[in-house]
Amino acid sequence: MPSSDYDPACLPDLLPLYYRRLFPFSQYHRWLNYGGVQKNYFQNREFSFTLKDDIYVRYQSFNTQNELEKEMQRMNPYKIDIGAVYSHRPNQHNTVKSGSFQALEKELVFDIDMTDYDDVRSCCSAADICARCWTLMTIAVRVLDRALREDFGFRHLLWVYSGRRGVHCWVCDEAARKLSAAARSAVAEYLSLVKGGEETVKKVVLSDPIHPFIKESLAVVEHYFPQYALQQQDLLSRKDSVDKVLALVPEDILLFIYFSQYSTAKKGQHFEKEIMLQYCYPRLDVNVSKGVNHLLKSPFSVHPKTGRVSVPIDLRELDKFDPFAVPTISLICEELDRPKAGEEEEEKPEDATETSLAKYVKHFDQFLDALARSRKGELLRQSDLQKEF
Amino acid sequence: MQFTGRRNKFGTNLQTELYLQPLQFYGQPPLENISLSEFETFAVERLKLLKTVENLGVSYVKQSEQYKQKLEKELKNLNFSYRPDAVDKDNKESSKKPPQNGPSELEKRRKDHISHFILRLAYCQTEDLRRWFIQQEVDLFRYRFNELQPIQKLEFLHKNNLQYDAISVEEKKNLKDNLVSSSYAVSGIKVELEEFYKVPFQDALDLVRTRKVYLKDGFAYIPHQDIVTIVLNDFRTRLSKALALTARSLPAVHSDERLQPLLNHLSHAYVGQDYSIQKNVGKISLEQIDSLSGKSFPLCMRKLHQALRENHHLRHGGRMQYGLFLKGIGLSLEQALQFWRMEFTRGKVDADKFDKAYAYSIRHMFGKEGKRTDYTPYSCMKVILSNPPSQGDYHGCPFRHSEPELLKQKLQFYKVSPSGVSQIMELVKGMHYQLACQKYFELTHNVEDTSFSLSHPNQYFLESQKLLGGGKDIKREADTPQRSQENSAPRGSSAADASEHLAETTEDLDAFFVDV
Repeated sequence: MPSSDYDPACLPDLLPLYYRRLFPFSQYHRWLNYGGVQKNYFQNREFSFTLKDDIYVRYQSFNTQNELEKEMQRMNPYKIDIGAVYSHRPNQHNTVKSGSFQALEKELVFDIDMTDYDDVRSCCSAADICARCWTLMTIAVRVLDRALREDFGFRHLLWVYSGRRGVHCWVCDEAARKLSAAARSAVAEYLSLVKGGEETVKKVVLSDPIHPFIKESLAVVEHYFPQYALQQQDLLSRKDSVDKVLALVPEDILLFIYFSQYSTAKKGQHFEKEIMLQYCYPRLDVNVSKGVNHLLKSPFSVHPKTGRVSVPIDLRELDKFDPFAVPTISLICEELDRPKAGEEEEEKPEDATETSLAKYVKHFDQFLDALARSRKGELLRQSDLQKEF
Repeated sequence: MQFTGRRNKFGTNLQTELYLQPLQFYGQPPLENISLSEFETFAVERLKLLKTVENLGVSYVKQSEQYKQKLEKELKNLNFSYRPDAVDKDNKESSKKPPQNGPSELEKRRKDHISHFILRLAYCQTEDLRRWFIQQEVDLFRYRFNELQPIQKLEFLHKNNLQYDAISVEEKKNLKDNLVSSSYAVSGIKVELEEFYKVPFQDALDLVRTRKVYLKDGFAYIPHQDIVTIVLNDFRTRLSKALALTARSLPAVHSDERLQPLLNHLSHAYVGQDYSIQKNVGKISLEQIDSLSGKSFPLCMRKLHQALRENHHLRHGGRMQYGLFLKGIGLSLEQALQFWRMEFTRGKVDADKFDKAYAYSIRHMFGKEGKRTDYTPYSCMKVILSNPPSQGDYHGCPFRHSEPELLKQKLQFYKVSPSGVSQIMELVKGMHYQLACQKYFELTHNVEDTSFSLSHPNQYFLESQKLLGGGKDIKREADTPQRSQENSAPRGSSAADASEHLAETTEDLDAFFVDV
């Protein structure tokens, strides 16, 4: 496992190196600047840092990429969060008349956290994850990615591994960034199928007609869900299929549903679909997506507990993604010290491009290229409309 | 508006033109003169109407038969327009109906127009007031729009410039299956016969939120019959913007001494008792909380308290709901910090982490951080309607949010009699959550009938304490805000009459709200 034995105590030594030579500032700035089309878009963006000893500072903002670099290298934040683009520079918000300082735009974001699945996984709980329950994340990404693209028409989605137990999605389309809080909340609710707290046993209820969105999502879930557990026959009459399903989920929940279905003598026609969805369908925290000013962990931020870097996920390789193979800060710092393979002299890597972080930065570049192309297309369209040559 | 006495009742021709429509967007303010007494009456009656709309919205499913019947009754009682009848220019009712006693349809529409704008003045001042006003006006508008004939609906859209593109027959054919399965009321035939409109999803949020529409590529495909949600969205947006504008011109309005007391009174009346005025700070000690939770807490708070004791933790929604409740029953900031700290440190949170992560939010609740809003404890309405609990949450209203089976078990566990449990479950089935909680109060306190109408968890606590004899010091503040308003009535001889009339009207208003 290329984790190179990460020890949180080393963070104070590793972070300065990370921010001096590995953090992809140029790409980061290119992203948040969005082509410089809107004035002060980067300058009015809020960042928040968690520093050593859990000191938390909000309303950080920067005028240029250079300033961002210098400040981050000076402060060596343990955690970085990205907030909204405000009406004024966040670091000057105290000078603004009360009520005038407003969050204007932000990417539409989603946060899928494995702890929200605790009631349906028996392999792990709380902050732990394993290869088996990671499949739930894969399903979540596929379902949401499809819906955001096909139903909502969004095109620029950045999926990021959170560093420990989940994934985040940043929808960067212009239309997405301009969404109101009400719109974000509506999108999140459209995407929510699993409802209910501690006191709700049956969390998915389907009724006819089945909406196309549910149909499509089911198709994705079915692709991943162990087919043999839910074949045509009554799933609870064959011992081996019972075992397979029980292996996935806590026993008492399943038996409760089984008995309540049979005792009311009314086995809903969508029982099996509902079970599948209850166990596999993505569980979003609507509150994260709702607020325009909500702060979310930044890509390429390091997770202090695991040492893993929050890297973008390439969806073309989603099924092979292994959270335990994501480079840790200790690994990549160590790689900077190792001589490059195949070189005659003992030449060491210059920067991130020659470490395990490279492929993730490359993927990020491709994402940014697509954003740039679409901006260019949009500008051309606008100028055509105005008949400028 | 100038108030020099009754004059040309129906103002300009433009206005008369407007009143020929059964429904309007309230785009243009009224441009006539009215008397002060009409000003007050209209405002108060509309407020009563909106209050009814609010209560019906919690007690019944919106737009159900019962809801509509009761709303129509109230509209009749208060002389607001409720029939989308045609009215011709000479102010005669349609020839089918005989002339009636009381105001004509035209007069009712005029009242509707004017009263709406008056209430804007009163309800534009804060976020909370605006939100409430918009919510009730939207619900009222929805009812009225649904009562229109299809032709009238089309006419309304046409007159109000709502543009939308209909999709081609070809596209309809291609999307037919999807269109049919995305809406309960749409059959294959309907798809062929009716128009479908392609609307950007941002303009159809209500339909998107409830997944009642087919979405493709960022567009919602809306059948003609569902156009009402689009209209509502539009109405909501326009009203929201208008209120923001109105707020800016308030200083000019407030300088008119005749208006200020009434407007202030109107905006306080909706809030009623909000339990933010802490007369009881420090009267509760931390040791009492466990026993109080069994005796005097409503079910929602008892559950939160139990979860906190068991898990030594509560998530954000639970901390807010329970923390503000505790503030309302009299916990001081210091006590609250001690209470939460003690419990959280019994769990996985060490003292340091508590001070860094959670103490801030508790101080925030008490108005000592950030924008320093002294947050008010949540009313039942708020608990029932907003922020439903999800996995790992214990907040919300148990009568609303718990699985019926589990709710029953919990009630049995708390020693409610079997017949009591079934009475409560009946009420829950009928969606009368606050009445269910009130029944719970009656059963656990062994009283036949409560003298109050439950609308707030802190009210539950106070009433319980009163009953159990422990709350002799805790006074009801129902009358204080209103009384102080009347005391600050304007000086001057011409205003004396006004303030007397105001006193009468406001007493009516108080009585109205106490009964609810």
